[in-house]
Amino acid sequence: MTTRDQIATALAGDRSRRSRERRIRRVFFGAAAASVLISIAIVVSLFGEAWTFISNVGFPQLADIGWFPRRGFYDIRTLLVGTLLVAGIAMLVAGPLGMGVAIYLSEYAAPRTRRILKPAVELLAGIPSVVLGYFALTFISPEVLRPIFGEDLDGFNLLAAGLGVGILTIPLVASVTEDSLRAVPLALREASYGLGATRMSTSIRVVIPAAVSGIVASMIIAFSRAIGETMVVAIAAGATGGSLFTVDPLGGGQTMTAAMASLAIGSDRVRGDDYAFQSLFFIGLVLFLMTLVLNILAERFVRRVRERY
Amino acid sequence: MNASAISAAPEAVGRALSQHRRDVRGSLFRVVLLGSLLVAIGILVTLMVDIVARSLPVWGDRGVVDLISTEISADPARAGIWQAFYGSLILMVFTAAIAFPLGIGAAIYLEEYARDTRTTRIINANIRNLAGVPSIVYGLLGLAIFVKLLGGLTGPSVEGRSIISGGLTLGILVLPIVIITTAEALRAVPSSIREGAIGVGATPWQTIRHHVLPIAAPGIFTGTILSLGRAFGEAAPLLLVGGITTFFSTGDAGFIEVLQGRFSAMPVLVFSWARLPQAEFKALTAALIVIMLIVLLLINATAIYLRNRFEKGVTS
Repeated sequence: MTTRDQIATALAGDRSRRSRERRIRRVFFGAAAASVLISIAIVVSLFGEAWTFISNVGFPQLADIGWFPRRGFYDIRTLLVGTLLVAGIAMLVAGPLGMGVAIYLSEYAAPRTRRILKPAVELLAGIPSVVLGYFALTFISPEVLRPIFGEDLDGFNLLAAGLGVGILTIPLVASVTEDSLRAVPLALREASYGLGATRMSTSIRVVIPAAVSGIVASMIIAFSRAIGETMVVAIAAGATGGSLFTVDPLGGGQTMTAAMASLAIGSDRVRGDDYAFQSLFFIGLVLFLMTLVLNILAERFVRRVRERY
Repeated sequence: MNASAISAAPEAVGRALSQHRRDVRGSLFRVVLLGSLLVAIGILVTLMVDIVARSLPVWGDRGVVDLISTEISADPARAGIWQAFYGSLILMVFTAAIAFPLGIGAAIYLEEYARDTRTTRIINANIRNLAGVPSIVYGLLGLAIFVKLLGGLTGPSVEGRSIISGGLTLGILVLPIVIITTAEALRAVPSSIREGAIGVGATPWQTIRHHVLPIAAPGIFTGTILSLGRAFGEAAPLLLVGGITTFFSTGDAGFIEVLQGRFSAMPVLVFSWARLPQAEFKALTAALIVIMLIVLLLINATAIYLRNRFEKGVTS
């Protein structure tokens, strides 16, 4: 045995100590691996029932007069259009407001102002979505939208739901955008000021273009979140049980998530003729794949910001 | 003459630089930005004021204790939130019992043990993706696995639609958040601490147990407790695994029977009451939301308290 080996054995400690360390390491690895198991369980359970649905119902039946799963009408377009309407309205609210908040906090606010205002915006992120659903139904719809669109506006409507979801996603846009704005090196701003640029032109022409990947990422994440948001729509958009195909944001309607929620309630269990239960998993799978693609896309953009600075 | 021109020059330069013209567009831009911030905060304030105002009639004739201790009913004059209140509390305990050990363990592996291998990268990417999965999809997972597949264990008499299924689902839902926040707290511990411990002969586990975890504790507490707040407000997954909103009684069932029995939760009850047409239920919903927000406030206050307490312990 060489001296080197002897030193190595001496440093490694006695055998029981080493095997204990290995066991502990294995336990922690198990915990980390459990997260992969969860993903597999999600994919398997979604695909299993969704396959039963699609192989029995067939694609032609996915275009019909509306979404009434308990009666055998499975028009997926109704849900997709409803989802895009709500998410689109939400982005019209959260996009500009979230960007404005982020630019103000990152470029304009004094450190002390920022310390007070930022937590206030983050408070909004902590509000449970059922609460915003209630707010959309009892405040936004009757007291904000009715005066604008007239008294005959349906109390349950997609517009109020979209606004509610938008409020929910403001903090998300604001925080991801602000992070990417603050990641832009100070030297770029100083160079811009040195050339005589004002704060506004520095923000618009220097900082925002430098952070554009992060800003795009924040929009994608917010959109993905808006698509997956359930309770605001389930409460404020009406249409339990089903909905006719509609593109009118002023009427009631259903999104993919709200359709799942309303299928699951009404009784103690998911009941219905034919494949109502399986349709739940089919929509779930479509939703899961949509958000997965969006999240992967967003991560690409975020990584680009990180690589650059 | 020459001398006075030179002495006047700095003033002239200063005047030229400080711009006599008002930067109208710049000020406008600033006002718009500040405006969007004020709108965001204004919405929050409006929401709070509106909900508290709507709940006032309930506090007048019922009181908090009465509302919490009365059972759920379809009659607004006699309706309370008792089943939903204790349902939510038990769900929180369940969530913590599942997500905390598993999440902290996973984070310790990823931050302290794992080398940058393919497996590690897959696990990390997987956790980030799980964090972005909509909560209702976790409800589907719970429905397929805990309700349908394991229904005989989780709730034999209620077809699996039990508090156990709900708690497991919520635990899995917040697991990625617990892992990510714990990993961040561990990453913030300076590597010199680890090198110091390893240098005097500590094993990896001794290093983690005695040096890394105590320093990371404030961050871990904040992250995990805030994730509990997230689970507390979730309604969508619970709807799918069978959270119910009508009267039910567990009678004098034992502890295990309660866990295997039917359940309700506060956000699920908000969903159901908010859609009822009677004005009394609108007020009751507002009152229920106020109680929910108070519980959330308590959860967050606990997080802040624990963080401050443990931060002091380490630095002194």
